[in-house]
Amino acid sequence: MTTKKSETKSSGKFERPDGRKVNELRPIWAKVGVVPNADGSAIYASGDTIAIAAVYGPKQMHPQHSQNPEKGTLRCTYLMNSFSVNERIKPGPNRRSMEISKITEWALEPVLMLKDFPSQVIDVHINIIQADAGTRCAGINAASMALAHAGVPMKSLVTSVSAGKLDKTLVIDLDKEEEDFEEGEGPTDIPLSFTGDGKITHMQLDGKISPAQLKEAVEMARESAKEIHKIQVKALKDSVEGDKK
Amino acid sequence: MITPKINGDVIKKYLNEGKRFDGRGFDEFREIIIEPNVSKKAEGSARVKIGKTEVIVGIKMDIGTPYPDSMDKGNLITSAEILPMSSDRIELGKPGFESIEIGRITDRVLRESGFIDFKGLCIKEGEKVWNLYVDIYSINDDGNLLDAAGIGAVAALKWARMPKYDEETGKADYHEHRDELPLDENVPISLTFHKVGDHFIIDPNREEEDFSETRITLGSKKGIISSIQKGESHQVSVEDFGKVLDRMEVVWKEVLKSIEKQIEKNKK
Repeated sequence: MTTKKSETKSSGKFERPDGRKVNELRPIWAKVGVVPNADGSAIYASGDTIAIAAVYGPKQMHPQHSQNPEKGTLRCTYLMNSFSVNERIKPGPNRRSMEISKITEWALEPVLMLKDFPSQVIDVHINIIQADAGTRCAGINAASMALAHAGVPMKSLVTSVSAGKLDKTLVIDLDKEEEDFEEGEGPTDIPLSFTGDGKITHMQLDGKISPAQLKEAVEMARESAKEIHKIQVKALKDSVEGDKK
Repeated sequence: MITPKINGDVIKKYLNEGKRFDGRGFDEFREIIIEPNVSKKAEGSARVKIGKTEVIVGIKMDIGTPYPDSMDKGNLITSAEILPMSSDRIELGKPGFESIEIGRITDRVLRESGFIDFKGLCIKEGEKVWNLYVDIYSINDDGNLLDAAGIGAVAALKWARMPKYDEETGKADYHEHRDELPLDENVPISLTFHKVGDHFIIDPNREEEDFSETRITLGSKKGIISSIQKGESHQVSVEDFGKVLDRMEVVWKEVLKSIEKQIEKNKK
């Protein structure tokens, strides 16, 4: 409902650089089973943003003093390739990547039954091979699919998408050009992640937005997450059917 | 010391009855005290106490080069360090994730709110700009270091005086401080809601924060939200998040009042 409202509000006035509708996602491409050595893996591309995720585990946590006898540990590592953006990034972890790694853990943990895996660890490695905004969302989507592909028990998939505001218009799934938008109120970027039943497991925001419009943006993101969820499920089903053949 | 689980159970039971251990309401801060100039060598500094929680924030400036994507703007570098002195649970060594996150969230509260006029920190476009360092240190951790860091950063910036730019050497002259920083008159507020049991509360003390399942930090200026970080892994329904936003629209004014009172009182 809410999505429709903002669409009419903006029609005629505002056009996105790539001509997308306000609630239109970039073309998505997803596939599981892309890293043969891993227990589970997935690639998720949204427009020009591409993320690969690989899962190892659940396995014994080493060193032993890091083990948690009450529940298993989810350990995510988000890493952007040095060549994934115009200005080369110094290889290795930095403060931004450490924060996104943690955010990814927080986004995924609510759907995992970590209590069933005491003293174990599930490693999730995320690599961004090409970045055009929305890399943390792409990483979370890939990671969620990779966990399912690895057969890790989950209550649902986690689906991540960014809502945004360009000047006064609410939009979905900002690309890099839109993230650098400078007119009017400028860009607002709101990456969000949802469980299968639409609960928020991750939210960040940078920009300028009123509480009322933010509520609208969250609803829009929740709608778009449903579309992405279908694509994630299809990719997982396709892999099973591929195995049968 | 780690808070025993039984304390958490009692805290949650109290919250269900609408009560907190120290008698505060769910949307009530502890007393906020802000003192200026805790360190003379800094361009500006502040000590913030929220109840027993204490942080000090210092501003330093030097001359740097602009980033390629902002040739006419100064640079903001925010860092936080939770010092081992501030509680018995912090281990020595390089900053842990909690410190990094406090630095990054505070950075975004300042940057995204438009509080700092970065163009006003440009000396020569494309060549020389001011680096503005906001460094946060915890002195005593009794919960809510996050909001204390945000408040301290704002106060320290408000009180800071820029060093003189020496045309001849091309360096900063720290013997002469005169101009105020180019800041917006409206200050940003960092406000964190913590979910403890079934309820959201603000400004948790250490024990309450130990049982926080998730938190939402809202950075805002004049009621317009400019940054958000949801921390920790518990899920939140869209409806509950809406309620947090409704409460934030009331609470930010109260917090602003107590901050502005303290800043005015100590104005040089």
